[in-house]
Amino acid sequence: MRVLRALLRKEYLQIFRDKLLLRQMIMMPFIQLFLLSTAATFEVKTARVYVVDRDHTSMSRGLADRLTASGRFAVVGSSLSMLPANEAMLGRRTDMILNIPPGFERDVVRTRTGSIQLVFNAEDGALAGVTNSYAQQIIAAYARELGVTVTHRIDESPRIEMRTRGWYNQELDYKHYMIPGILVQLLTLVGTMMTAMNIVREREIGTLDQLNVTPISRSAFIGAKLIPLLSIAIFEFAAGLVVARWVFGVPMVGSIPLVFLAALVYLLVALGVGLWVSAIVHTQQQAMFVTFFLLLVYLLMSGLFTPVRSMPDWAQWMAELNPVKHFIVIMRSVLLKGATFTDILRPLGILAVSGAIVLTLSVRQYSKRAA
Amino acid sequence: MISTLGAFMTKEVRHILRDRQTLTVLLLMPLIQVVLFGYALRSDVRDVRLAIVDPSPDYATLALRDRLQAARRFRIVATGRSMSDIEPLFRQGRADLAVSFEPQFAARLESREPARVLIAVDASDPNTGSTMQAYARAVITAYEQELGAKGAQPVRIAPEVRMRFNPTLESVNLFIPGLIALVLTLVSALMTAISLSREKERGTLEILLVSPLRPWQIIVGKVFPYLGLAFANVLTALVAAWLVFNVPFRGSVTLLLVESILYSMVSLAIGVLVASLTPSQRVAMLVALLATMLPSTLLSGMVFPLASMPKVLQVLSNIVPARWFIVIARGIMLKGVGLEHLWKETLVLIGMTLFFMMAAVRSFKARVA
Repeated sequence: MRVLRALLRKEYLQIFRDKLLLRQMIMMPFIQLFLLSTAATFEVKTARVYVVDRDHTSMSRGLADRLTASGRFAVVGSSLSMLPANEAMLGRRTDMILNIPPGFERDVVRTRTGSIQLVFNAEDGALAGVTNSYAQQIIAAYARELGVTVTHRIDESPRIEMRTRGWYNQELDYKHYMIPGILVQLLTLVGTMMTAMNIVREREIGTLDQLNVTPISRSAFIGAKLIPLLSIAIFEFAAGLVVARWVFGVPMVGSIPLVFLAALVYLLVALGVGLWVSAIVHTQQQAMFVTFFLLLVYLLMSGLFTPVRSMPDWAQWMAELNPVKHFIVIMRSVLLKGATFTDILRPLGILAVSGAIVLTLSVRQYSKRAA
Repeated sequence: MISTLGAFMTKEVRHILRDRQTLTVLLLMPLIQVVLFGYALRSDVRDVRLAIVDPSPDYATLALRDRLQAARRFRIVATGRSMSDIEPLFRQGRADLAVSFEPQFAARLESREPARVLIAVDASDPNTGSTMQAYARAVITAYEQELGAKGAQPVRIAPEVRMRFNPTLESVNLFIPGLIALVLTLVSALMTAISLSREKERGTLEILLVSPLRPWQIIVGKVFPYLGLAFANVLTALVAAWLVFNVPFRGSVTLLLVESILYSMVSLAIGVLVASLTPSQRVAMLVALLATMLPSTLLSGMVFPLASMPKVLQVLSNIVPARWFIVIARGIMLKGVGLEHLWKETLVLIGMTLFFMMAAVRSFKARVA
């Protein structure tokens, strides 16, 4: 016990002595939090439209007006032929072309159906998809409006009134969804990378060999390495939660102690992975690349950016083995939905089991190396 | 003088080749990334788990339930009499969407009163949430129109939608250019920064500095092998994208490769700059991550569209080299345009290369003195 305490003292001293590193460790997560939460959005603000109106009637002008009136579209140019419009799209000066063929109004009045063409710059796929759905909504509303003026009749058919409600995120704020996930990324980065680098550094400098010939037991050594990093990670997590709550207004419906419990269990996995990496590599450069590689796969397959349920089946199976995915599920359901301990029993159990497996494996790997 | 440089480069190449682990990771990374991005990263909504709340089933609600069940995307996972039956499913993440009918639904329809439906969705993920909501609305609207078909024909505006440059909105087509940028940044900036600062940490840099090699030769010798590695990575990513996913290649391959080398040079210069400004490998790594990887993924338009970001970040994105490179790479690969549309972006990259190289050499010299 005394050995452990002495070692812990040494570790804390080392961490707090390196002011530059310490500052980085504290700063980086916050920069990430701010950057990711504001940058990681598919929200469409205003799309630029190029109007090619070859009909020139009040009805065709009305269509362009409705688009701009919605506030989501801004007309950046108009012409009578597609040529300049195409050129504008190639030069990235417009996101969408609205092409109204001649005879649009006549068709609507005679046949009740008018056709138009919407051309999107799908170079930015997500953006084009969302812009398209907005445009479609506005056009459909305009068609209903025209229906009343063209037919001069009040609609007498049966009506279904649809009300919609978005549970758990009424304002549809993308940040509220992203931030719990980003906090997970933060813990992963600090936990795994710092552990791997920290131990490998001792190996690189040669002090690991010195430690190995002292009477310090393996468990004391590993404990002394993991506890300080665990405490730093938990501290950062707490700070991240505070920022999320009071700077970004993320609702925290569920129990905060439950979140911390899950974070602790998850950190065992994250630190275990770091320990394992440190046991198989020799230099800090290698440690960084191996962890970076692992984290990339973990994070991409975790549902942080794209929903797991949109992935093909094999990827969904892989995601079941991914601790990051489970912790993200826990964070999102506890913070946003107010899930209770029993609701998250399954992901939490998986985390606990994988934590136990990873830690045992890496301690074993480590002892083989040391021998 | 050339032979000294040659010898130094040989030493660097050997260093890289000897470290099998890093080399394997570096060479495998682009391949795995292409596969992951291509197969796994989709945001289309395929399977919506639907819960129905129907307090008094009648012919209209049953007909609507059938429609929803029959729609390809929906799968009814639960049916209940009130919202409170359904709520726990949402909390546990076992249902995504609830459609709740009001009592006497058919009777209200017949008496021409509006019959009300509540579509509640798990909007914790707002994008998926609104997409699912739109699907449900479409099914119900279709039913409503069918009921009204006996009356007057409504006015329709039929928009024909064209997604130019990427008709199927295939996300892999969009990711590949960004991926190339990411891999280049990783290999060029991060590797150089760490490798240079390792020499510093170990003290071997001092030895190099008292050797007849000039500072610029040390930099070139350090940087050149990584340029080769980066180039190999770009080729791997492109070939994988082309063979596995049939990513279109509309423009000139030569131009793309030249631009890739240009982008690598910017990243290498940043790597050298970071190494000469930081005291240790760990700090170099963190700074390089913060200064290159983070902006290259987030502020480059690779994953998240720049147009959606706040103004400040949009302005900030202009100093991120990856942002310009992605415009170039997408332009060449998807639009098939050449320098006539991309000269501005290319000039920006050239300017950045010159700036960072000068800064790097200067700060390197300052350290020497």
